[in-house]
Amino acid sequence: MKINGVEIDDTFAEAFGMRGTRVIITAQNLKWAYNAATAMTGFATSVIACGVEAGIEREISPDASPDGRPGVSILMFAMGSAVLMKQLETRLGQCVLTCPTAAAFSGIENVPDRINLGKNLRFFGDGFQISKKIDGKRFWRIPVMDGEFLTEETTGMVRAVGGGNFLILAESQHQALAACEAAIESMKKIPNVIMPFPGGVVRSGSKVGSKYKTLIASTNDAFCPTLKGITKSELSMEIESVMEIVIDGLTDSDIRLAMCSGIQAACRLGKENGIRRISAGNYGGKLGQFHFKLHEIMQGVKV
Amino acid sequence: MNPLTFTLNQKLEQRIDLSPLTPDQLHGKTIEEIRLIHLEFGKLRIPTGQIFDITGNDSNDIVFSNCSSKSDFIGKNMQSGRISVYGDVGACLGFQMKNGEIFVHGNAGTFAASGMSAGLISINGNAGDFLGAAYFGDRKGMKGGTVIVSGNAGDRVGDQMRRGVILIEGDAGNYCASRMLAGTIGVLGNVGEHIGFSMRRGTVLLFKPPKLHPTINDCGSITLPFLKLLFKSFEPLPTKFAKIKKDRVRKYAGDIANDGKGEILLFND
Repeated sequence: MKINGVEIDDTFAEAFGMRGTRVIITAQNLKWAYNAATAMTGFATSVIACGVEAGIEREISPDASPDGRPGVSILMFAMGSAVLMKQLETRLGQCVLTCPTAAAFSGIENVPDRINLGKNLRFFGDGFQISKKIDGKRFWRIPVMDGEFLTEETTGMVRAVGGGNFLILAESQHQALAACEAAIESMKKIPNVIMPFPGGVVRSGSKVGSKYKTLIASTNDAFCPTLKGITKSELSMEIESVMEIVIDGLTDSDIRLAMCSGIQAACRLGKENGIRRISAGNYGGKLGQFHFKLHEIMQGVKV
Repeated sequence: MNPLTFTLNQKLEQRIDLSPLTPDQLHGKTIEEIRLIHLEFGKLRIPTGQIFDITGNDSNDIVFSNCSSKSDFIGKNMQSGRISVYGDVGACLGFQMKNGEIFVHGNAGTFAASGMSAGLISINGNAGDFLGAAYFGDRKGMKGGTVIVSGNAGDRVGDQMRRGVILIEGDAGNYCASRMLAGTIGVLGNVGEHIGFSMRRGTVLLFKPPKLHPTINDCGSITLPFLKLLFKSFEPLPTKFAKIKKDRVRKYAGDIANDGKGEILLFND
């Protein structure tokens, strides 16, 4: 399969079941909502060492936000509910409670699983905290030095999908990055997904296992351009740089949509801009519950 | 389907307990059966058909017309549906009400909404003393739901109230929010003396400066973000509070003689 001269590999991305949640952060203005949200989603690129994968999903306009102030929504994913709950509480406590004017609200309603947002954080109020039940939802008002920190007691948790991905193979590093930037720009418009790595892009894709016994993952040598001659490489000689975009989403169809939109944007740059191939990362199909076949996703897509 | 309508056909000499006439208890009953339901009338027990003319068939939508201030316990333990009352009602309107809606086009007596836990009571007139308060022997007053009074309310509004919202568009009497445990009371008009007496927690929204007793302390002016959420939740309600959009208040805390976690929030433009 070729789109605009770019070869789409007959392979698939392998993704896993995760637990996901959404939190809405509002503040006096977008700048301070972003300050809280970027802190809360910092160091959250991969569950391998960060505990959670998190990112800013989108901006929320004042008329759509719970308290009439501008805000952003955050998606957060973890391999299990216990980790997700712990990470959510610590990150909320250190990054949103601390941020001037910020408030936190539930971003997922009408699901059976509710996890703590401000439920335990309220004890920071040292007895001066006030509960208010408004329209069936419980909120906590915690007195802080800038006034009051307002947070909903819980937010919803759902079964989600993490690890959707695709690789962009290009003739040079800057061309690969340009294609990734175009892909991310287009994928940011898709709701219910985040791309957790720096700027949405990861350059150190990994394989399972290592020659060193203590490591569970190591560099994906088959896609490293400098190792073309000395390892069982996936790369042809003209490929000089490979970058990956990883996607976590609330459902597999959200990821499918995001992958399609991202690959389409990358292909739009085409062969003339050095974009040669689109591939995807998998582990042979035995580890993950979700397989995103590139040919299926890109069926009939034009640029 | 027409509303099941009870029209009072005489001037009441005694108080009457109308608690058996709620939508959930009348569900599936014919008018003949309803006529035979016994009501406590003074020291007598009389069939409903003796004092009410009954028409209509929709037991989910009950109407009391030509109602009297001697009719007590309307909507007691009610769990669903709607009751509309034309005329005054007596004591304990919506007593221990679990859900549903009551609309009164007249005045209500004492202890309206006492023990109520959910639903809506709208009184298009005045309410008597002990609105949303704990009944004799009860430790808690209103436990949830919403009460709207378009006129004035008497003394002891929300006495020992535990949760829920009481919105009074007129004035409230003395000892408003006394011994309040939690919840929200809003008063657009004036309040009497000793507001928040022995109040433990809870929020009182005032729009005219009250006369405060010494154990209510001034905490200064502040912008409170939760007020936006609170007023947003009032938007669908049939009340003047629905149009208010304010979040800047003068906060008074109290009663510091009883924990002091309650708050009286004064909106002063």
